[in-house]
Amino acid sequence: MKLTGAQIMMKALKDEGVDTIFGYPGGAVLDLYDELDKTDIHHILARHEQGAVHAADGYARASGKVGVCLVTSGPGATNAVTGIASANMDSIPLVVFTGQVPTHLIGNDAFQEVDIVGITRPCTKHNYLVTRLEDLSRVIKEAFYIARSGRPGPVLIDIPKDLGSQTIDYTPIKDIKLKSYNPTYDPNIKQLHKVVSLIKNAKKPVIFGGGGIILSNSSKSLTELARKMQIPVTASLMGLGAFPGSDPLWLGMLGMHGTYRANMSIGNCDLLLAVGVRFDDRVTGKTDVFAAQAKIVHIDIDPTSIHKNVPVAIPVVGDCKIALDHLNRLIDKEDLGNVAEKRKKWLDQIQQWKTSTPMTYNQKDVIKPQYVIDKLYELTKGKAIITTEVGQNQMWAAQYYHFDQPRHFITSGGLGCMGFGFPAAIGAQVACPDELVVDIAGDGSIQMNIQEMATAVQYGLPVKIVILNNGYLGMVRQWQELFYKKRYASTNMEHAPDFVKLAQAYGAVGLRASRPDEVESILKQGLFSKDTVIMDFIVEREENVYPMVPAGAPITKMLLV
Amino acid sequence: MIKEKHVLSILVENQPGVLSRIAGLFSGRGYNVESISAAETNVPNETRITITTTADMPAIEQITKQLHKSINVIKVHDLTGTDFVQREMALVKIKASPEHRAEILRIVDIFRCKVVDVGLKHYTIEITGAQDKLSAILGLLKPIGIKEIARTGAIALSREPKNNH
Ligand SMILES: Cc1ncc(C[n+]2csc(CCOP(=O)(O)OP(=O)(O)O)c2C)c(N)n1
Ligand SMILES: [Mg+2]
Repeated sequence: MKLTGAQIMMKALKDEGVDTIFGYPGGAVLDLYDELDKTDIHHILARHEQGAVHAADGYARASGKVGVCLVTSGPGATNAVTGIASANMDSIPLVVFTGQVPTHLIGNDAFQEVDIVGITRPCTKHNYLVTRLEDLSRVIKEAFYIARSGRPGPVLIDIPKDLGSQTIDYTPIKDIKLKSYNPTYDPNIKQLHKVVSLIKNAKKPVIFGGGGIILSNSSKSLTELARKMQIPVTASLMGLGAFPGSDPLWLGMLGMHGTYRANMSIGNCDLLLAVGVRFDDRVTGKTDVFAAQAKIVHIDIDPTSIHKNVPVAIPVVGDCKIALDHLNRLIDKEDLGNVAEKRKKWLDQIQQWKTSTPMTYNQKDVIKPQYVIDKLYELTKGKAIITTEVGQNQMWAAQYYHFDQPRHFITSGGLGCMGFGFPAAIGAQVACPDELVVDIAGDGSIQMNIQEMATAVQYGLPVKIVILNNGYLGMVRQWQELFYKKRYASTNMEHAPDFVKLAQAYGAVGLRASRPDEVESILKQGLFSKDTVIMDFIVEREENVYPMVPAGAPITKMLLV
Repeated sequence: MIKEKHVLSILVENQPGVLSRIAGLFSGRGYNVESISAAETNVPNETRITITTTADMPAIEQITKQLHKSINVIKVHDLTGTDFVQREMALVKIKASPEHRAEILRIVDIFRCKVVDVGLKHYTIEITGAQDKLSAILGLLKPIGIKEIARTGAIALSREPKNNH
């Protein structure tokens, strides 16, 4: 059967079960779009390629499926780079198709030509320039496989324009074999036996879960282990939702803006079970005193994560879910005695840290940003899918919204990319049409991809944006306050649009709360509307995020207020 | 932590961009490349890249793991500390004024090098050997006057066992 490149691509996408693509057209992808239009694949037209990639990312995180993007060559491709880099840092499975100039023009500085494969080599899991049509279906199959397997990540496929319309005898690809790529899923059982004996003998154990738990769908297994052994659990920003935030064993987030009890637990534990984490500097603080009294067990699918930042006693390379399920089975065979009794002293100590130094704020006459999140949590019963922008808003979301389920907290963790939250919320809403999706935003970040309002309204996506409007690039201002003698160099953002009118201009609903007593009613009005809504909360301008560990300090040395 | 020279033998799929992927991994993560050489092997579609780098053990562990993680990399072998043979070739253009010609030829003879080009004022000699041999010869030639050098960078293979146990 003779098919064009564009037809082959659509066939390959259908084979992968793709039903939604986020994208933006242009000259180099006209053939691909023409063919896409004839299929039943749902295309979401973003208003900027960065928005398209973040949306695909949000879609992937909320659904667990591979997110797919299609953009044109040159500027379309370069606009996509930030989104790709963010997905790469957070190990999110994406396949991004970029158009390229026709093969005979490659290397000629042709109109809208960039070497996107060269540009994205360091920020993709893998990438391809397809120069022969006979490679296309195999490359697409490989790309999806690479994106979703092992430690997931974005894969880019660059397709020259002429391939779209060329024809070839098409033979479907059944199986692919990659000689040089073979992720390790099954952990070494001997190592796991050692872990079991450490767990059995530990007096002050802590579990530290990360994004790997979410990616491997292992939060049930983690929760089982923690409850069975009465081990308190903390998580990185990426791991929020891996363990129920309402469970008594939950310590809150760890790290630079972690809770007092989480950071103190790490400083005092004798066993640290780190699962699906990579010991980012925002988590560890000064690495040589991180969990200094503990034996560290590190379970991760990516061998490069192990020993990278923190030396560990027992490395376990493998899939988190398989490893945790094994551990649970091995532990079930053990005679454990009275676990609750054994753990009492440690849990009491943690409770004492919690009561002595809780997360607090003081709601007086100006709206506190923390109060908005508190109320949001209450009104949504902790069930909303929350995306965030970057900065203080992101940290308050992480601190004050408590996640009971995985895939409900979606944030640009590794890259810390302002402008992520709103398009990601659009993607999450596409993936989960019946869930409430809320972007917790800053007044600065929301302006970085505000154009996606048109996308949300066009597709009837009832995403809610909660702006914690402090008129500052707040997190940068906080650092300037604490470490640069309050010189607020270029962080004042008072010159901003009227977000209520802006929402209305896009055909959405705009609401504002300026006083504490308005917060609840505005939230109720906004959250339970069927429309896309911006809620603009005018908050305390110079509120800081606490606790805070200054960069490079031990995580037990926290600034508390 | 002590830094040591390591010879990494990396077998990769011969795909476009693979060399740039490997080189980019070194520069992007702040590792240094002292020499790099790459060419096809006897197996179709496989290329061997030999890289020498100086790093401490944790860094070497990271480098080898990162290399291995790269999709097109089939095998990574840190030869340092194992039994291996290593060679490098250099072409050296050296000033050959009449009073130095005899000495140059003597050095060429002692170290079993070859004169591969003779010009009016310069000889070009080919030197092959382990890196320390190359350094020794270049040290002797330097006072005579080296005009240009081209070196291949090290290539290496592990040694095969000599007996059955
Ligand atoms: C694309 C991008 N540019 C710059 C930064 C640096 N940065 C980190 S937080 C922040 C301030 C964000 O301001 P806003 O969105 O208002 O959030 P707030 O901290 O005030 O809640 C900035 C500029 C970033 N993270 N991302
Ligand atoms: Mg702000």
